[in-house]
Amino acid sequence: MRLQYPTDIKIIRVPCTGKVDIIYILRAFEKGADGVYCVGCMEGSCQFSNGNIMARKRINQAAKILDDIGIGKERVKMYNLSSGEGTLFVKYANEMAENIRALGANPVKLAMKKRAV
Amino acid sequence: MIIAEKKPIEEITRNIKQYDKILLLGCNECVTVCEAGGKKEVEILASVLRMSFLKNGKQMSIDEITLERQCDHEYLEEIRGIIDQYDAILSLACGVGVQFLAEKYPSFPVYPGVNTCFLGATEKRGLWAEKCQACGHCLLADTVGICPVSRCAKRLLNGPCGGSTKGSCEINKDIECAWQLIIDRLKKLNKIDDYEIIYPIKDWSTDRAGGPRKVIREDVLL
Repeated sequence: MRLQYPTDIKIIRVPCTGKVDIIYILRAFEKGADGVYCVGCMEGSCQFSNGNIMARKRINQAAKILDDIGIGKERVKMYNLSSGEGTLFVKYANEMAENIRALGANPVKLAMKKRAV
Repeated sequence: MIIAEKKPIEEITRNIKQYDKILLLGCNECVTVCEAGGKKEVEILASVLRMSFLKNGKQMSIDEITLERQCDHEYLEEIRGIIDQYDAILSLACGVGVQFLAEKYPSFPVYPGVNTCFLGATEKRGLWAEKCQACGHCLLADTVGICPVSRCAKRLLNGPCGGSTKGSCEINKDIECAWQLIIDRLKKLNKIDDYEIIYPIKDWSTDRAGGPRKVIREDVLL
């Protein structure tokens, strides 16, 4: 397929999206990530029963927390696709990258840079 | 166990904003089980507070420790050697832990990170329900294991009131009528005749109305 997706996306592999905890997402923002999205299997086809359902709940919780502190809930999102949907993977990657670019840099990262100057 | 809920971030930040170095102290007991103040919640809150303060131009140093319990001297002693490094402690223990911490370190500012709600059980993950009001004089032997003091809105001790409808309480249809539950269980246990037994008036002197209570056990006092 040799499809291209935005180079500013860093992939972190987990055994199942059920492994993704809220603290993983928060730490990513603390370390300066501008956005985080989680790509799980299709709902209903989790090999471990409901890992992707749990991931969606945690993503929603993380979004609420980030919204509460003014970072913005739009910076986190959950996607579902099957392992054979490469084109959809690229579509979601482009969509997320565009959304984040429109939102601008993570305000925590900006504050960190400001303090460092 | 004691059920607690996380306090809103705005309330916590308002309380600690005048400090620069905070110790965030979790508790490994009840608040861990009800997912309000255990090690994991400590990690999350520390991260959120750091980001929140940083975003507003303040570098807040937050260290994280989770004690086995905050309602026992021996565990609270574990932080005695390090406490001077901090400006204040934000405790995620229940109200008991926060108060015990304040008593133990009288010249040290202590703030709560959770709202302590009630004595309850985990009905399922994410759902905790009140089951006991610690009235100090347990009636569960007479009420077949269902407590009318904590589960009846009026704390009635002699059967349901006129507001009991189709098993629900009049204050909210999602609240089960405790007396309906008691009667149903009496029937299941073939003890419905016990419903007619007149019990002596409950001794309320052991309840909270008499002021803060103490249990003194001479046999185990040191």
